[in-house]
Amino acid sequence: MSMIATLTGTASKRVLPGFGLSLGITLLFVSLVLLLPMTSLVGQLAGLSLAEYWAIITEERVVASYMITIGAAAVAAIVNALFGLLMAWVLVRYEFPGKRLLDALMDLPFALPTAVAGITLATMYSSSGFMGKLLAPLGFEIAYTWVGIALAMAFTSIPFVVRTVQPVLEDLPQEIDEAALTLGASDALAFRRVILPHLWPALVTGTGLAFVRSLGEFGAVIFIAGNMPYETEITALMIFVKLQEYDYVGASAIASVVLAVSLALLLALNLWQGRFIRRLHGGKG
Amino acid sequence: MSIRLTNIAKTFGRTTALEPLDLNIADGELVGLLGPSGSGKTTLLRIIAGLEQPDRSRTGSIHFGERDVTNVHVRDRRIGFVFQHYALFRHMSVFDNVAFGLTALPRRSRPSTGEIRTRVNRLLEMVRLEEFANRYPAQLSGGQQQRVSLARALALKPDVLLLDEPFGALDAKVRQELRRWLRHLHDELGFTSVFVTHDQEEALELSDRVVVMSNGRIEQIDEPDTLYRHPANRFVFEFLGDVNRLEGNVQDGELTCGDARLSVDLPDGHQELLMRPHELKLLEAQSPHSRLPVTVTSASPIGAEVRVELIADWLPEPWQATVRHADFERLHIKRGQRLFVEPRRWHRFGNAETHDQEVEILS
Amino acid sequence: MQRIGDAPRTRRLLIGLAVALSALFLLLPLIAIFAQAFTEGIDVFWNNLSDEYTLAAIGLTLLVTALTIPVNLVFGVFLAWLVTRFEFPGRRLLQTLIDIPFAVSPVVAGLIYLLLYGSSGWVGSWLDGYDIQLMFAWPGIVLVTIFVTCPFVARELIPLMQAQGSREEEAAVTLGASGWTIFRRVTLPNIKWALLYGVILTNARAVGEFGAVSVVSGSIRGETNTLPLHVELLYQDYNTVGAFTAAALLALIALFTLAAKAGLEWRATRREQFR
Repeated sequence: MSMIATLTGTASKRVLPGFGLSLGITLLFVSLVLLLPMTSLVGQLAGLSLAEYWAIITEERVVASYMITIGAAAVAAIVNALFGLLMAWVLVRYEFPGKRLLDALMDLPFALPTAVAGITLATMYSSSGFMGKLLAPLGFEIAYTWVGIALAMAFTSIPFVVRTVQPVLEDLPQEIDEAALTLGASDALAFRRVILPHLWPALVTGTGLAFVRSLGEFGAVIFIAGNMPYETEITALMIFVKLQEYDYVGASAIASVVLAVSLALLLALNLWQGRFIRRLHGGKG
Repeated sequence: MSIRLTNIAKTFGRTTALEPLDLNIADGELVGLLGPSGSGKTTLLRIIAGLEQPDRSRTGSIHFGERDVTNVHVRDRRIGFVFQHYALFRHMSVFDNVAFGLTALPRRSRPSTGEIRTRVNRLLEMVRLEEFANRYPAQLSGGQQQRVSLARALALKPDVLLLDEPFGALDAKVRQELRRWLRHLHDELGFTSVFVTHDQEEALELSDRVVVMSNGRIEQIDEPDTLYRHPANRFVFEFLGDVNRLEGNVQDGELTCGDARLSVDLPDGHQELLMRPHELKLLEAQSPHSRLPVTVTSASPIGAEVRVELIADWLPEPWQATVRHADFERLHIKRGQRLFVEPRRWHRFGNAETHDQEVEILS
Repeated sequence: MQRIGDAPRTRRLLIGLAVALSALFLLLPLIAIFAQAFTEGIDVFWNNLSDEYTLAAIGLTLLVTALTIPVNLVFGVFLAWLVTRFEFPGRRLLQTLIDIPFAVSPVVAGLIYLLLYGSSGWVGSWLDGYDIQLMFAWPGIVLVTIFVTCPFVARELIPLMQAQGSREEEAAVTLGASGWTIFRRVTLPNIKWALLYGVILTNARAVGEFGAVSVVSGSIRGETNTLPLHVELLYQDYNTVGAFTAAALLALIALFTLAAKAGLEWRATRREQFR
């Protein structure tokens, strides 16, 4: 806590009050709630040799779960990139009856508990469910397959792309459209060469966040996945299964992989976005 | 290419932006649309561009030369448009911005990559930005961005160049420079240009003819000096420069206002006379024609002249007079000094839209 | 006014596509929840709802939410005040740290708490000595819920307070106001709607958290079973109607959240127009 003391020593130079108090409370909270529990993961893994660690995280069934999770999350993210771009465009650029309702509906996946989404999708797309019955004759099987996992992941991450692209599109001045049109550009060309480059950072960020969220998704997926080892078993469930078997070390090792990948992606997104923004603002941002 | 607007009007919801109007602009002319904000000048420019549609309830039309463009989409109108805040594509280099229009042409009519390069380089040379081709807009100054935006608009060799407050966001010195440069470019390339401005000095300096607008109406269209010397109505007179007002009752050829009086050749009754600051002469004593006593509240040298502010208890608002430095020194003008004003000439506009009645006073 | 994509055909096509896809992927599941809950009539719905274990799950969920919200509210306000009103080394890092719960899989979140506070963890074993058990009991559920919901209030406040700047607070300082007075009379009125929305989001997530809670709860019926865990339990028991009854209750809270958000946004845009 001596760091706080030295930092608050300069507080007299700060105009607004409360620096010491808010710094103290924030650091206390961040340490206790965020950082301390993370150290426990490190502590748990410290007992493992590198070879043991490697053996756990490259076990065949675990590797299969990585593949399934990453593949399904990638599909979910790409689907959401397209759907989110469409929704953001329609919600910002057009006026039509029911628009406000549609706009509000976009947040449903964040507001709805994942377990509820999970059992609903599983019931709807199972062979006896409404959608399942509709799709079965066409040869599509969604529940208890890889497609079902991607569907559940896509559902829970819908708002990411919509809500990151929407404000950028709203802030795009009308003059940008007009400039492209006075220069004779067609809709498709103007969208591709003028609008899309402006949306690109938001689109990539939103898609990246959707992907990260999908990698860790648990509640929505496990009901529709069927959880067949090597086929429809996601990594988050692998961790859960190990915990049920009281294999804390195994669970921690796999969790460390998931955690590292998620944090690395998040960091990469932040850095990339920063670079992009700096270019648009002439190295000043 | 000439521009001909016939019976063009525009309403937004319940507000009228433009009352039905006609406007003819000759081939190769440089015309300024001048007016306060909300006068409809930008709407008019955007209608010429095709960025706004005129009201359909009227059978208005827009012709570029013999071509009827009333229903032609903005992208096919062959206009160059320079936006108020430049609207450069931030993610593209200067080169790509200028080349955009050429690369957006359909494959059949698109020049080869090599030709595009030559044409863009020639344009950049023309706007004196050849060294900045690979920069991004954010790395340029406001004046440079404005030139890129002009080069971009000229790349497709438009019939008509339209500029919306082209120099509004620039500082005074750069503005002067760009103005002269634009005039030069216009004369050299011979396109037809229309620009919007709220700055009367800019309009008068740059234009062949000025269109003065207010409340969605065209008040007067004339060459700059005609406009200044013979304003069609009171609005134009007031908008084109500072105005001093003298109100009073006329009886037997003498206007009185408090203890001030002025000999005028007007019928009896209430009258309002308007005077430009340079039309006021400052004297140390009253003259046979007038007795307008005032007190100096400030005197500030501005360029070739000195601006003097005057108050008097018969004046509801202060007057401004501009005097030459020589007169300023001769009269030893300083704050608090009491002087007399003598108008060299004055203007009077009737209540109905009558023309300017000017009276020159010889003394 | 001409804009890209204004042609009526493009417009109709895109709106049509957007509405159709949203109906299929968002509206249909929402309807399905309520349809399933009422398949056997309203009486069965009420019976399911007044089931002893369901009521216990509702009670536990309310308790967890009631404890989580104030903690994260206070933390969120202090954090937002700190990073938007002061410059200090590590400010950016702090803002990044606060996003960690968004990136961490709920199962991993549950796991790290289990490792620390479980009977084999170093804090857990120490607490065991005093006969205090956090894991597989309600305090553990509260702890992980605080973890997964801690960014919401701060995330709503920071952009707003950054945009507003600290001019008004500085003016209050020059007028001699104390810290608490400044916050209560200058800052709070400006941020109250964002704060409310942050609380609503925290509430939605706290009520609905599943993955992290299922790791630390032990799912003991009537004791450590929250509403989402209860949904799972009933669903695994093949009591589909029962599961969807509880799900419908959670969906109602979700709908309330959406309505509140729409209402607050409508309010904000209306205020902007009047300015």
